[in-house]
Amino acid sequence: MRRYIVYRFLLAIPTVFGVVTLVFLLIHLVPGDPVDVMLGETARAADKVRLRHQLGLDRPLPIQYARYLRRLARADLGRSLHSGRPVRRMIVARYPATLELAAGALLVAALLAAPLGIAAAARPGSFLDALCRVLTVAGAAMPNFWLGPLLILIFAIAVEWAPVSGRGGLAHLVLPALTLGMGMAAVLTRMLRATLLDRLGDDYIRTARAKGASESRVLLTHALRNAVLPVVTVLGLQAGALLAGAIITETIFAWPGIGRLTLLAIQTRDYPLVQGCILVIALTYVFINLGTDLLYGAIDPRLRTRQ
Amino acid sequence: MSSVVGNRQVSAGLAVVALFACVALLAPGLAPHSPATQNLSEDLQPPRSGHPFGQDKLGRDVLSRVLYGARVSLLVGVTVAGLSAAIGLVIGGVAGYAGGRIDDLLMRGIDVLLAFPGILLAIGLSAVLGPSLRNVLLALCAIGWTGYARLVRAEVLSWREREFVNAAVALGAAPLHVLGRHIVPQLLTPLTVQITFGMAAAIVSEASLSFLGLGVQPPTPSWGAMINEGRSFLLVAPHVALFPGLAMTLTVLGFTLLGDGLRDALDVRRIDQ
Repeated sequence: MRRYIVYRFLLAIPTVFGVVTLVFLLIHLVPGDPVDVMLGETARAADKVRLRHQLGLDRPLPIQYARYLRRLARADLGRSLHSGRPVRRMIVARYPATLELAAGALLVAALLAAPLGIAAAARPGSFLDALCRVLTVAGAAMPNFWLGPLLILIFAIAVEWAPVSGRGGLAHLVLPALTLGMGMAAVLTRMLRATLLDRLGDDYIRTARAKGASESRVLLTHALRNAVLPVVTVLGLQAGALLAGAIITETIFAWPGIGRLTLLAIQTRDYPLVQGCILVIALTYVFINLGTDLLYGAIDPRLRTRQ
Repeated sequence: MSSVVGNRQVSAGLAVVALFACVALLAPGLAPHSPATQNLSEDLQPPRSGHPFGQDKLGRDVLSRVLYGARVSLLVGVTVAGLSAAIGLVIGGVAGYAGGRIDDLLMRGIDVLLAFPGILLAIGLSAVLGPSLRNVLLALCAIGWTGYARLVRAEVLSWREREFVNAAVALGAAPLHVLGRHIVPQLLTPLTVQITFGMAAAIVSEASLSFLGLGVQPPTPSWGAMINEGRSFLLVAPHVALFPGLAMTLTVLGFTLLGDGLRDALDVRRIDQ
């Protein structure tokens, strides 16, 4: 297992390096002079020179890159152009809210997908299975920037079961978590149903049935245990993708997380903050994927020996 | 082919996609009003005769804007899926056929791009390039080709060892000829399925960027931007966000059904059985 962990970590290094490089280059893709875009073309020349110097844009690209890497090594993401506060501190302050939302969405997805997927696989071709299929296709097709307002309209405005926006306890979390988790629930339900049906056709299931195991025991104890492995992988990959989805969900529900901070930074053209937010979200995604790989390797020994 | 024709998912998906394409192409003839004409004295009016989907905050006809919004979605879906598939075909084909260091280099580059979750890189690119339809297309193509390249590379790796490919190589065919004439035709089936899903993804991504204010700019109607505008009036005028959302969901549903159906119907192993 140790060799497998080292192998996976080594594999992640070039990816992390590439992500850092791409985020660094992002500001250089700004058409024209980035300082003009940030301050506006009518800004005073002295202010432009000062900002250019502050961002290091007055130096050759390789030197800018070396300086960027040096600062990153000290976890220094620069300062926000608008508030003047360190970007790292601003992100750290918002990060828990995004994690809370992502955890809520994961929980929603798991709570919806587990019973639906199992029920559909237990009676393939039944009305329940068909209903489940319709719900999952519709759930996957519904974009979260439409589902969110729809949930607000029904549950916050019409029946007043949940607050419209903001963060502050479980009641505030329900609608954003549902919005963010619904698409994932659809994917997981389909995946769980498909893998369960695959397992139910295996020889060891026939053996369990021949030995007199009840249908619920066959399904929940024997088939589910093996069907859950690929679902864990998808869960890990989707968990990372939730972070990108959080930008839209946090905007809809005024959730004070890193996604909303990213959008505010974009709207105010605060590029150091934009770079910092995108870098942190992308690196979180890389490490969640790495964690999923390690978890999968721990669950399935065949993967470790294959490396 | 009969497996495609008889597939219920393909039929349902195709019907929805055909309806969406017709609406997009015929929008100028179908729309009862101009999508940009404002009537401030009739702002946020509910659905009624003459305005079946109601009016938005500037008194514009929501139905006309939904119909014209389909044009933006169709343009983005076709362009992004087409260009991404073409780029992915070239890069994935070269990586899979050349192998070795070229393959390693290209695949590591793809891994870096895939390290950005979902739409994040497109948001970053749109943020620095500035909001416009052209930049949306650029940003979505920049992230969209990676999936196609991976698919094509994997397919090329499996096809390049087949006997008919080896025979072509033994007869002295140039690598480009082998790739273009013998291998690429084998990839059309998986590519078709991937393009169908890719169009749905591109449509949702464009709408997401427009929803965040990073996509198509007013007064050009885009479903994402319309939903964002309607969010502020959910209490008094829910129709402003409701109808573009319905159109969007129905369209994505159509492409998903079509993609699912094609994947099932064109599965070579199943057809062989």
